[in-house]
Amino acid sequence: MKYCLVVDDSAVIRKVARRILEGLQFRIAEAEDGARAIDACKGEMPDAVLLDWNMPIMDGYDFLRTLRQMPGGKRPKVVFCTTENDIAHIARAMHAGADEYIMKPFDKEIVASKFHQVGLL
Amino acid sequence: MTEADFDFLRALLHQRSGLSLSQDKRYLAESRLGMLCRRRGIDGLSTLVQALRPGTDLLLENAVIEAMTTNETLFFRDRTPFDLFRDVILPEKLTANAASRTLRIWCAAVSTGQEAYSLAMILDEMAARLVGWKVEILGTDISSEVLEKARAGIYSQFEVQRGLPIQMLLRHFRQDGDKWQVSERIRAMVELKPHNLLLPNSHFGQFDIIFCRNVLIYFDVPTKAKVMAALAQRLTADGVFVLGAAETVIGITTTIVPDKSHRGLYRESRSSNAQSAGLGLPFDRTRTPTLSSVRG
Ligand SMILES: C[S@@+](CC[C@H](N)C(=O)[O-])C[C@H]1O[C@@H](n2cnc3c(N)ncnc32)[C@H](O)[C@@H]1O
Repeated sequence: MKYCLVVDDSAVIRKVARRILEGLQFRIAEAEDGARAIDACKGEMPDAVLLDWNMPIMDGYDFLRTLRQMPGGKRPKVVFCTTENDIAHIARAMHAGADEYIMKPFDKEIVASKFHQVGLL
Repeated sequence: MTEADFDFLRALLHQRSGLSLSQDKRYLAESRLGMLCRRRGIDGLSTLVQALRPGTDLLLENAVIEAMTTNETLFFRDRTPFDLFRDVILPEKLTANAASRTLRIWCAAVSTGQEAYSLAMILDEMAARLVGWKVEILGTDISSEVLEKARAGIYSQFEVQRGLPIQMLLRHFRQDGDKWQVSERIRAMVELKPHNLLLPNSHFGQFDIIFCRNVLIYFDVPTKAKVMAALAQRLTADGVFVLGAAETVIGITTTIVPDKSHRGLYRESRSSNAQSAGLGLPFDRTRTPTLSSVRG
């Protein structure tokens, strides 16, 4: 079973994402900001990260750059999932090493399509 | 809606668009045509049918057809046909057509354009190998409403997130608030025209590749066979025919047959890449021999 870390400061979004991803046969862990997400990655490197942009402590962009420097940190597929929906943000995220990008609001089909896109499904 | 009115509408739709509406789709007809009536200020389905009966109001007939067709589509729908397009069909055609340097592609039920634009984006990525080539993508549909949307090439945030890789969104779209428009360059690669699959098509000429996906599923078997035969006539000698994921030719026609090596691709029966009869159909052997095979 593949392991996905859901990083979002909103408990509601984490719950929705968890339900969708569990339905797609992922094992899930949650983190409410980038710093906690880095800790989680030190414990066990996930196969996938679903990542919000705006969070307290460490935002998604900084998390991604830190993750990619960590040992084994290039392997996880990172899919942004954020309300930062303008093309400049998307380009910046992809440049920083994201694999896909979901613009909120999202639904199960979009998540499945994007995870399929990066070879996780 | 009365039985007679429903029968009239079913016959009209079948005759004019090929759509085969079963008895259990009555509720669907009532709801979709009810909506059409409200939009046009027609005071109910029986008034609508009365207006259609003389057969003179072609615009109203078209509106009924448009209301009853399913236009759902996605960028890179089902993915595999597009992978095959890039990895199998294009390399084959680049070699085969090297002398003429032309490539003609037809999306025969293009709906709101995603299928044709997906192909155009793939071709754009291979632009370096297509220098000096004349590439045409024709997209047709019976509905002028969907063609209008296809021409504008403007899609919602939801539409661009299902099937379309983010890198392609970045490369080929322009953002306008929460809408996304396909770039001028990609739009210019696709020509969009109205066409009813039941009508003559010889004026379009011959095509190397025909995509006819997720439209024949709404037709009955004789109509499917008739449309496939008409499309087969538009294929070049070794042309490729692509159907929707849930569609097949088996039991419908013998003019178009599976490709001998790639599942999901089809060829005109005389093509050298066509699967020979019986292959892949083990149950064929148990069939009673036909007169010609006994004689042969
Ligand atoms: C479900 S869409 C398929 C779009 C696309 N090919 C795909 O696979 O995603 C079906 C389209 O077929 C069109 N259609 C239905 N009957 C037709 C006919 N007789 N001639 C041409 N187009 C037709 C509809 O208007 C609709 O846009």
